[in-house]
Amino acid sequence: MKFKVLKKPPVQGYKSFLTTLFSVIIALLISGAFLMLVDVNPISAYKDMLIESLGSFYGLTETLVKTTPLILCGLGVAVAFRMQLWNIGAEGQLYMGAFGASLVALHLNVESHFVMITLMFLSSIFFGGLWALIPGALKAIYNVNETIVTLLMNYIAILWVDFLVYGAWKDPKGFNFPLSAEFSSAARLSEYFDTRLHTGFFIALVCALIVYLLIEKTIWGYEIKVIGSNSKAAAYAGINIKKNIMLVMFISGALSAIAGFSELAGVQHRLQHAISPGYGYTAIIIAWLAKRSALGVVLVSFLMGVLFVGGDSMQIYYQLPVAMVSVFQGLILFSLIVAEFFKEHKIIMVKQQ
Amino acid sequence: MISIIIDATIRAGTSILYATLGEIIIERSGIINLGIEGLMLIGALSGFYTTYTTGSLFLGVISAVLIAGIAGLIHGILCTYFKGNQIVSGLALTMFGIGITAVLGKKMVGQTIEGFKRIEIPFLSKIPVIGNSIFNQDILVYLSIVLVFVITFVLYKTVWGLNLRTVGENPYAADVAGINVTAYKLWATFIGSGLAGLGGAYLSLAYTPLWIENMSAGRGWIAVALVIFASWSCKRALFGAYFFGGISAIQLRLQAMGTTISAHILQMLPYIFTIVVLIIATIKLEKGYSSQPESLGLVYDREDRK
Repeated sequence: MKFKVLKKPPVQGYKSFLTTLFSVIIALLISGAFLMLVDVNPISAYKDMLIESLGSFYGLTETLVKTTPLILCGLGVAVAFRMQLWNIGAEGQLYMGAFGASLVALHLNVESHFVMITLMFLSSIFFGGLWALIPGALKAIYNVNETIVTLLMNYIAILWVDFLVYGAWKDPKGFNFPLSAEFSSAARLSEYFDTRLHTGFFIALVCALIVYLLIEKTIWGYEIKVIGSNSKAAAYAGINIKKNIMLVMFISGALSAIAGFSELAGVQHRLQHAISPGYGYTAIIIAWLAKRSALGVVLVSFLMGVLFVGGDSMQIYYQLPVAMVSVFQGLILFSLIVAEFFKEHKIIMVKQQ
Repeated sequence: MISIIIDATIRAGTSILYATLGEIIIERSGIINLGIEGLMLIGALSGFYTTYTTGSLFLGVISAVLIAGIAGLIHGILCTYFKGNQIVSGLALTMFGIGITAVLGKKMVGQTIEGFKRIEIPFLSKIPVIGNSIFNQDILVYLSIVLVFVITFVLYKTVWGLNLRTVGENPYAADVAGINVTAYKLWATFIGSGLAGLGGAYLSLAYTPLWIENMSAGRGWIAVALVIFASWSCKRALFGAYFFGGISAIQLRLQAMGTTISAHILQMLPYIFTIVVLIIATIKLEKGYSSQPESLGLVYDREDRK
């Protein structure tokens, strides 16, 4: 008996969905084996994850709270993917966005809620966008590998925020904890239904719509798609590749920066150490799974939101580190790669003569 | 003073050196492995756990290499048999490595072991200034330097090395010549990932004999960047790794001397310098002959052969 791999026409529709679903189940089974290694019953752990994240109205809004930064970062990474740019620096761009928002919230004395929020929003876009423009310009001008630069810049951005909250911006009334003073009420987004669900969620949905329209319905969206699929053809067609690399990186960084703004103005109300449990890294998975589509980003972000809320419940009920979420994510990605393979290939057994 | 800084430079650079050598071998086969950061953590924890339970540093090193090598093979198999996207698969490996070591390593936090001892090389260690800092190190430091020359020899002077480089440059031609492309890619990934694991084990068994969650702190990513700086050459990787080590050493020295510059700002230096070095290396690479393996990052599919 020998096995032979053959190509087949890619599966589509519900079959493709089922293959993906099946692979996620396999990933959860393997994660379950690891849970058993640390003496956690996987069935009750998964049940608790689902109940916490989807089992009640409050749980559902908590999931949407976590979904918000994921949508924004996911959109950012997806826009860059569209051009075959691997911006894996969404985490750092989120931190710089948070820095930009705090810079305004802590140092400008504005009474008007609307003016304050608008200024915070613009400042976060400015700093997050510029942060991503650095690797973008390096890529455009010198062809420096953007994957590594964006990743390394994450560490710098996180240290920069730490530098502020452990130093100059530390709240004198904060009992020496690494956090800034609290934002004034003008600098906070409104919350709804007596939950933590805030305006940031709706901002994220609007951004998704704008990205969808930009990418799918404008000539510019078509141009960056062409650059992504064949940069030589794009150059012959007279598309300015360098300019577009920088522009796309700026937009990509700005979207992740809005996530930082929304986290601070909507949830945390101050700048502090470790504001993100890895939303920026999860965004890479989201963008890849969503196949660069804006609607896909929203849906996958929601699923990842479930995972984050579930991860929190694992921390509370089973004393597992939040990093358990990364284990799930890594294994899901592995099995999805296998699933993608089986969508286009089949294995048959050949009898040996 | 100079002696202390040289000593700290070598010690800080060694784990990066292992990881960079590992990534060079893997990339020579045409596969990019962005999982180095995760593999270093897997190596660091397996090494520490084994040494903690058995009391043997030797077994710790062996288990770090084997377990990281096997974890790396997941990436290798996905990138060969399953024709997966190498960047996605590598990132997945890093995420998995960071997560699983945090979960399984929880019990090891705060435990201590007896780390590697320094071995003084007679006569040479008596050379003034540099002697005591270069020739009075632990065995893993000596091994890493020996490996630089061994790997260079294997890559350029043996049939295996020639075949491996052929696979990385042009897998289609290699296949026609009768080289088993998949086997070479898998072996390279296994060996290279094992070396990354050894780099991690250096941290938890020699540099600071402790297990700390996420203790590699981005060294895996710096290693990936240094491969480009080194233009896929092991000897230049040695300079790159010690250059990085030197910056961390000076940074730590400044902190110890109680400088007024914030520790957070000083900690940025290695990352900033890595980016600067990467820019310079890329400009040089773009101008002249590029030594990057031709098929790096591409999926090899026999049926696409022309």
